[in-house]
Parts: sequence; structure tokens; C-alpha cells
Amino acid sequence: MLGPRSQHHKGRYAALAHRLSGVLLAVFLPFHFLTLGLAIEGAARLDGFLAWSDQPLVKIAEWGLVTLLSVHLLAGLRVLALEFLPWRSARKGWITAGGVIAAATGLAFLASALA
Amino acid sequence: MSDTQDTLQVRVWRGGEDGEFQAFAVPRREHQTVLDVVTYIQRELDPTLAYRFACRVGMCGSCGMTVNGRPRWTCRTHVDTATGGSAVLELEPLRSLPVIRDLAADMTPFFEKWQAAQGRATGTRTRADDTHRIDPASPRRQAADAAIECINCGVCYAACDVVASDPDYLGPAALNRAWTLMNDDREGDRKGVLAAAMAGGGCHSCHSHGSCTEHCPVELNPSAGVAGLKRLSLLAMVGGKV
Amino acid sequence: MPVPAALFLAQRASALVLAPLVLIHLGLAIYAIHGGLSAAEILARTQGSLGWSLFYGLFVVAAAVHAPIGLRNVLREWLGWKGVGVNLALAAFGVLLLVLGIRAVSAVTGI
Repeated sequence: MLGPRSQHHKGRYAALAHRLSGVLLAVFLPFHFLTLGLAIEGAARLDGFLAWSDQPLVKIAEWGLVTLLSVHLLAGLRVLALEFLPWRSARKGWITAGGVIAAATGLAFLASALA
Repeated sequence: MSDTQDTLQVRVWRGGEDGEFQAFAVPRREHQTVLDVVTYIQRELDPTLAYRFACRVGMCGSCGMTVNGRPRWTCRTHVDTATGGSAVLELEPLRSLPVIRDLAADMTPFFEKWQAAQGRATGTRTRADDTHRIDPASPRRQAADAAIECINCGVCYAACDVVASDPDYLGPAALNRAWTLMNDDREGDRKGVLAAAMAGGGCHSCHSHGSCTEHCPVELNPSAGVAGLKRLSLLAMVGGKV
Repeated sequence: MPVPAALFLAQRASALVLAPLVLIHLGLAIYAIHGGLSAAEILARTQGSLGWSLFYGLFVVAAAVHAPIGLRNVLREWLGWKGVGVNLALAAFGVLLLVLGIRAVSAVTGI
């Protein structure tokens, strides 16, 4: 993974962010499905969970997940561009742009949640 | 070159895989390269030090080793560049290759993977035939030309994280060579080259970190080559040719 | 078709399917969280909706393909797990995602 004095360049960090966000999202997904599945037992059961999820820590976790999903999507779009569009450059600008847009998406979620 | 009173602390890998670092103190000189440092150690301090070099002028690629964590050519790396101004230089053999001794790595796996990627040309004409007519300005020839200057130094291989974590991965240099052949109108077995590049350990293992291109001393772009192979492989899969 | 090539194709194809779905999903999440979530609000919109069930059904299938293949790379490269064991484990994870996901879609849309 990262060597003792690892090479610092953006492409490597983008790949790391893409990978870590993917792993965390994959772990989260079954729980997400289970929660939504509570609706099978009726709206009240789902409401019970949603009420629990109204606490600050959970909202922060939700913000984190929205940001992680954005990071993963944007890093992934760059990979798809590198692999399937004619090669133009390493598209490093996409890394910075991706970081900014992902952060903005997270903030938009937070703003919406707090409003 | 003027002598200064400064001393460089150099930690050098000694032994095989289970070796350890040995410290040396080397006089600092202006415009000193890392190869100058290694040569000084072997000539003046410890003649048993094993290391590789040949041309000393950045043409042969023999002097590749890990310098302060990065794979580089020692003859073309100034000490100041490598240390970033600090007084410590750390030297190890190239990553991801078996260690022969000290700073000399065994390039055999590198060349075996070159062959596994079918990185060798298959001709279709004999001396009795006319030569191929290839337009140097054609996009395919330009793609090939951009990638053929590889001198097999192994720096990209050592830089690649996937090579380090997946022993099956053929690596950027081997795949880059396969890419040149795919773009070469003279190549007689493009099908075989693509099949080799698409097999397990081939181009699909690349995660586009781009470390190979970051480190290539000849300024080649194996990332682009491997991406090109991925595109070709997709066309082959979708076209039912696999 | 060699297995790694087929997995690569499936991974990239599922990514292309997921990209627009994720964009819409993110938009929905930001919109829906406004003023808090309640089962009534969500279910009122989704119950009986063929459109939502198709949208999220597709989402689930694509994710069930995409996530295990991605995890496979991580397990092989960072944990050194290779061979039949890791493939079986990830296939099982894919089936888990598919089952739980379809169940969730069905729960929320009633279809």
C-alpha cells in the first residue's frame, strides 16, 4: 500500500480515496437495505428507526456517507474517462475538481438537513 | 567541483531480503549525484558494496535503485533533489524485485513478465519482400513512437503499487511494450499480443494510479498505454473476438 | 473470455449504469432530508410506484455487481486473498446485496 516514504502524487491519493470510500460504502450498503426493508413491517416500524436516526451523530454519519458516495462517484468518473476516452492527459484537474464537488455535495446535504 | 566541510549521512541496504541498513559518512560535494555517493562508498569505504551502473550518463537505465523511497536513476539524481535539502540519503534496491545483494536487484521477473505480455515482435515479411510502408504521421505510428524508447530500467515496475501488491501483474513496462506492438503495422500476431495483455495479471489489473508515468526517467507514459490496451480489450470483448 | 477481463467489463459496465443513478439518488437525499425524514412522506411517494421500483431495482442489481468486484481487488491486493475462497465469499456478498436490496425495494414500493 503506502510505502514508508511513499511517493506523494495526486493520482495515488485519488486512487486511495476511491478505494477507501468504496470499501466503506460496500460495508454500509447491507445495513441501508435492512433499514429500508423495515417498511415491510409497516410505516410505524420505519418511523421508529427514522426517529432514532434524528440524532446529531447519525446526521454526521449520513453527511459522511453522502460525501463518500460523491467522492467514489467522481473518482470513478475520472477512471472511466482515463480508460475509455482517448488519452489526453492524466486529467489531474479532475482530482481537485472532484474533491471540491464532493465536499460541496456533503455541505449541501448538511445545509438541507439543518434547514 | 569544490569540496565543502559538510558530510552526508548515507544509509545503505546491505545483504539480501533479510539484510539491514548500514550507515556511511560521505563528504558532500557540489553537483554530487547519488551515483557519485555510491561510487565513493564502494571505492573509499567498503569495497564489498554491490551495485549496478554502466553509462553514468542517463542512457542505459542500469543504475535504478530506491532513493529516499522513490525509484530513480542514481546517475541522473542530484543528492539535493533526492534529500530535499536534508542531510540523510537512504538507498535500497528497486522495490518488488528479488534482492541479489545490497543495491543490486534481480531483473529476471521483470523480463519474464515482458515475455509473458508477448512483448516481442512477430514479423511477417522476409528479406525477399518489400519493406513495410508506414506513415510516421499516422496516429497509430505516433502512439507507437511515443512508447518505444523504453530501455527496460525497471523504475516504473518498482514505482507501481499494483506490482507491489499483486505478484501476477505484468507491470507497466511489459504492457507498454505490448501497446507499441498493437500499434505497429508490421506486427504479425496482434491477436496473440492482445490475448497476453488481457490475460490474468494483464492490463485489467491496472488501477490508473499513474505512478509509472510519474517516475519514468525517459518520460514515457505507460498509464496511457495500459489504458489503450483496456480500450482495445473492450472492443475485442464487445466484438465477440475473445 | 478470460475471467479478469469479464470482471473488468462487468465492473465498468455497472459503473456506467450506476453513475446517473447515483447522481439522482444524491439529489433525492439532499431534497428529502430537508425538514427531516418520515416513513409517511417517503412511502406516500413510493408505494405502488412502478417507476421507483424500476429505478431502484436497477440500482440494486448494478450495485450487487459493482461492489463485490471492487472488494475483490481490495482483498486480493491488500490482504493477499486469492483463489476460489475469495471468489466464493464475494459471490455470496453479491447475492446478499441482491436479496436484501430487492427486499428493500419491494418494501418501499410495495411491488
